[in-house]
Amino acid sequence: MKSPPFEYARAASIDEACELLSQHGEAAKIIAGGQSLVPMMAFRLLRPSWLIDINEIAALKFVAFETDAVRMGACARQCVVARDDALAARVPLLRQALAFVGHAQTRNRGTIGGSLVHADPSAELPLVAQILDARMVLRAKLGTRTLPASAFFAGPMMTNLQPDECLEEIHWPVWRERRTGSAFTEISRRHGDFAMAAAAAQIAIDEDGHCARVTFGVGGASPTPIAFPELAQSLVGHRVDKANARAVAQEAAAALEPDSDIHASAAYRRHLAGVLMTRVLQQAYDTARAVQ
Amino acid sequence: MSEVLYSIAVEVNGAQRAGHVTARTSLVDWLREHLHLTGTHIGCEHGICGACSVMLDGEPVRSCLMYAVQADGHRITTVEGLAQPDGSLSILQDSFCETHGLQCGYCTPGMLIAAQALLDANPRPTEAEIRDAIGGNLCRCTGYQQIVDAIALAARRIAEGAT
Amino acid sequence: MSTSHAKSPYGYRYIGAHRRTKEDPRFVTGRGRYAADIALPGLKHVALVASPHASARILSIRTDAARALPGVRYLLTGEEFCAATDSLPIGVDAPKVTRWALARDQVRYAGEWIAAVVADSRALAEDAAELIEVEYAPLPHVTDPEQAMEDGSPLVHLAHGSNVILHRNFVWGPVEEEFAKAEHQISFRAIWNRNATVPIETFAVVAQWNPGTEILDIWASIQMPKYPDQTARALRLPGNAVRVHYDVDVGGSYGVKRGLKHTVLVGYLAKRLGLPVRLIEDRLENMRGGDMHGPERTFDMTAAFDGDGTIRALKIKAVDNVGAYAGRAPFQLGKPVGAICGSYRIGAIAYEPVSVLTNKTPQEAVRGFGQSPTNFALERTMDRVAQFLNMDRIALRQKNLIRKDEFPYTIPSGSTYDSGDYHTVLDKALAAIDYPALVRRRDEARRAGLLAGIGISTCLEPSGGNSAFEPLLNPKNETTTWMDSCLVRVDLSGAITGIMGTSSSGQGHETLVSTIVGEILERDPAQIRVIHADSLNALPSNSPVGSRMAIMLGGAAAGAARQIKDTLIAIAAHNFECAKEDVDYRDGNVSLKGVPEKVMRWDQLVEIAHRKFHQLPPNLEPGLQAKFVWEVPTGGGLPTPDGRIHIYPCYAFETHIVYVEIDPETAAPAIKQYVCGHDCGVMINPDIVHGMTYGGIAHGIGAALYEEFTYDDNGQLTSGTFMDYLIPSALEVPPISIVDHCTPSPLTTFGQKGSGEAGYLGAPAAVANAVNDALAPLGVEVNALPISHLAIWETLSKATRDGK
Repeated sequence: MKSPPFEYARAASIDEACELLSQHGEAAKIIAGGQSLVPMMAFRLLRPSWLIDINEIAALKFVAFETDAVRMGACARQCVVARDDALAARVPLLRQALAFVGHAQTRNRGTIGGSLVHADPSAELPLVAQILDARMVLRAKLGTRTLPASAFFAGPMMTNLQPDECLEEIHWPVWRERRTGSAFTEISRRHGDFAMAAAAAQIAIDEDGHCARVTFGVGGASPTPIAFPELAQSLVGHRVDKANARAVAQEAAAALEPDSDIHASAAYRRHLAGVLMTRVLQQAYDTARAVQ
Repeated sequence: MSEVLYSIAVEVNGAQRAGHVTARTSLVDWLREHLHLTGTHIGCEHGICGACSVMLDGEPVRSCLMYAVQADGHRITTVEGLAQPDGSLSILQDSFCETHGLQCGYCTPGMLIAAQALLDANPRPTEAEIRDAIGGNLCRCTGYQQIVDAIALAARRIAEGAT
Repeated sequence: MSTSHAKSPYGYRYIGAHRRTKEDPRFVTGRGRYAADIALPGLKHVALVASPHASARILSIRTDAARALPGVRYLLTGEEFCAATDSLPIGVDAPKVTRWALARDQVRYAGEWIAAVVADSRALAEDAAELIEVEYAPLPHVTDPEQAMEDGSPLVHLAHGSNVILHRNFVWGPVEEEFAKAEHQISFRAIWNRNATVPIETFAVVAQWNPGTEILDIWASIQMPKYPDQTARALRLPGNAVRVHYDVDVGGSYGVKRGLKHTVLVGYLAKRLGLPVRLIEDRLENMRGGDMHGPERTFDMTAAFDGDGTIRALKIKAVDNVGAYAGRAPFQLGKPVGAICGSYRIGAIAYEPVSVLTNKTPQEAVRGFGQSPTNFALERTMDRVAQFLNMDRIALRQKNLIRKDEFPYTIPSGSTYDSGDYHTVLDKALAAIDYPALVRRRDEARRAGLLAGIGISTCLEPSGGNSAFEPLLNPKNETTTWMDSCLVRVDLSGAITGIMGTSSSGQGHETLVSTIVGEILERDPAQIRVIHADSLNALPSNSPVGSRMAIMLGGAAAGAARQIKDTLIAIAAHNFECAKEDVDYRDGNVSLKGVPEKVMRWDQLVEIAHRKFHQLPPNLEPGLQAKFVWEVPTGGGLPTPDGRIHIYPCYAFETHIVYVEIDPETAAPAIKQYVCGHDCGVMINPDIVHGMTYGGIAHGIGAALYEEFTYDDNGQLTSGTFMDYLIPSALEVPPISIVDHCTPSPLTTFGQKGSGEAGYLGAPAAVANAVNDALAPLGVEVNALPISHLAIWETLSKATRDGK
């Protein structure tokens, strides 16, 4: 399973990367951590003529805290992000999701941006981006634009990233409500495997324990990760208990049309989606309640 | 038309090594075929089994998922670099021998890399942390029990100040 | 965890004591020498072109574009290869089912190799392989064995005339009478879906032809009896033109490393091109074209029993889907005949094995050679009988287990179990897991809303490798020799070397031989070197299969060492001018009885043997070496006309007790506790035995919950990578405790039984029984492996639909 032949360029800056992308067009691909890309090359499912390596661009590895967001370079390593306590305090879902992403070795090399661009429908980080509505900063030779996650993910393994664009930064929204809780869970056949279904939720509550802000969603059960803003809104003003968590989760799950594969049928995925969304809603709420 | 060759300079097990490789030459193939460091093994070539694990700048990675050109300017440690400077077995390697934490030896180099990285970062791992650290290294011979025992033994011996 | 002590529990000096192995040091330093590590000047590399169709005629193969690529050395298709080499042998009587490494005219499974490219690098060979254009005319295919047996089914091998290559009906004992007398009977189907032991190292082979000596040298990742002979035969070479180097480290095999087709292919290319040639299967080639799949078997079980739990008789029909070609794999229906009633006293058994061809990847030998699927079916039967009678599953087993005082015990199919104390091992395991506490744990988990279950299995591991199932299943095959050997030398410096004549894949044979030789000669095993001969200078061996090496290689090493000891005694007695009975042998030194200061030391005796012919007793050959070649105990027999024969000589026993919890909402199973009680007689090296047992259990957990070669309706393998073929990691395999017992075998040198297949033979049964115990309160069951999350959920959904 040797890769097909290609030429290699190591970009020293994001500008250089974009220059190369514009030169080579669809024949070029960015390589970051390579944990998803290189297996595709080994299977000869991808045959770029050029690989543009962005691993050495220091400017893509930063993590910066702003008032309402965490700005993160696309090449921030998954292991570095997972270890960052200050980051976990601001965007707790990232650490929670990363616990399910692959294994220690893949997280040592894999990048946050790489997982988002790869856009596997069952991947953990795209789900977090979707429900937090993270913003993707896309850089091309001719300029920069920003897409919210909901406009970024287009389908299974597909995003609206153009062939001459490179993901440069991700802006993760920070919730400033004092009593905020989040939860992430998934079911896979083995640890670290692709999720058969994954669910994530983040809830902020007021001093009386009523939901002030809610977001939740599911991955692995549709062409892209899905957030349910309207159903989430229906919980605002209420406390969350098993009954209403389940009701909301079941309504969300009923709308899904998951795929079948050798590991899970559509019916099982839909069932899991409902169960897991119920659980994360409860867990996120309970975590928020526990904040004194 | 033949493929372009790229010059690389990589520190491997403490020594500077130079190479001229096609871009598509994987790091594991370069280590094995060009440097003749055959201790690192290939099991799947798609990043699941972990037999190819090496340390990149001190952290374990899958060398089948990196191209050798990407290692230019970086530091690689393979199983051949784990022994003590005088060539004697490290505490970890010796512990694997004490508990018989291997049989066919094929996954062993990858296990040692993963385990050494764990002990470097966390000298007192719990059993759950040990299993998590080797969770990305598949073994078909041992059922993992004696491997876990070996790593736990090494941690105890290191804590006791053994050499 | 398990225990091994610094001091042998059997009273030996070295045997049974905790001792480090000889093999481990080279592997922990990355100095193993696997087939892929063999570097030869001018080495060329092979990549394969595989059929995308499950069944098709090959209309044309165009190689021009591939040929034009720089670095491409040769392109080989079936047209040339199949004319120049002979078909690979088939074990059962189906001579028209021929097989070559490359298809000619017709492909019979998706993944079958149709062309080989030789190039300067593997990458270039793959580039060229992609440029080969093949025109196919797809044909109807069949993947289900029941459909394959129907009239009108597509035929996989037209010339054979049907898709059935083996179909027998054995009746041992008064089956119909026992069924008539029995108070009850139950029938059900148990399914063992296709999986294999899938080693982390794929099959690799390097071949080099030397025209000057006319020898074909082969280095391969091999575990196979008669490999050099069959390679030579297929290449139309005399046996002594093939030299297999057994000193290659094999990265795990557990049965499947039988790359005969790869070897004939590479051997042919090496000879044809005059260049050394290497094939390392990549994982894609390995999974669907490496022909290393294991049994895929449906058991229809009927048990006849009484209300008190006495099992009177069994009827077993086993239909196995062997794939598109067959070598020895169909014999995996025959080996279980040697333990067809498991560990139970069942006086009458009917067994109907059927081996069916379909358009799937061919099978190969897998650990246990069919015994694990059979044990799974037997153990599910026991649990279902218990359930029917509302009887405790342990009590049912205790009632039917053969008792210690009944050994040696001859089962209806003709094998005699040598020794055992099944009840004690079961008791030990129950005590080790604290069974009453485990039941309380399970019941508490159930009250908390979980599904929770305890699974038990009490299974046999036949060992020793007397493969008498060959003549049983194929009367035209009268093979009854199952031998092994060892040569032991003491050189002029006094150093001891043992020489074994086959390869190793992690079983610790070097440690086995050095420990035994050291024990007998009373010399430190750490100083005894063990090497692997090559096939030209090796004594006869039948390779490590059937859990045979502790018995056979161990026995041979002991035999050779005893001869050396006798020689040393004879030399001393001759020089003391006394009778052999009048001397004492201790630590390699020999002294006159009662006069300890009159001693001849090891070095002196060695020197006499090598250099001082004038001091050598008459009729002793010079030097100090001994060879020992022997036949398996109980071997040499042919089956009776009614199909009875003694198969393996020794029977190890294992009991597994497993506790599983299942989240009823997600259907996710988790193994929470695992104890294995194990009795393989005397353990030569306990750490090696424990290691193999843990590994076998991990294989068994994989088979029970995770691993399957799945196929779609187009005959395509849909789990052909490690993303979908799920091998358990350290996070899926729980901590395991092994508790040992020792019932020595009366047939072997030290009482050792084999243990290479330990753990694997009883684990799937116990895990399946645990899951079923968890589901039992809902009145549903699952009898097909692997029991995936999906299978559990669908079973639970059935319970909900049925209003349970």
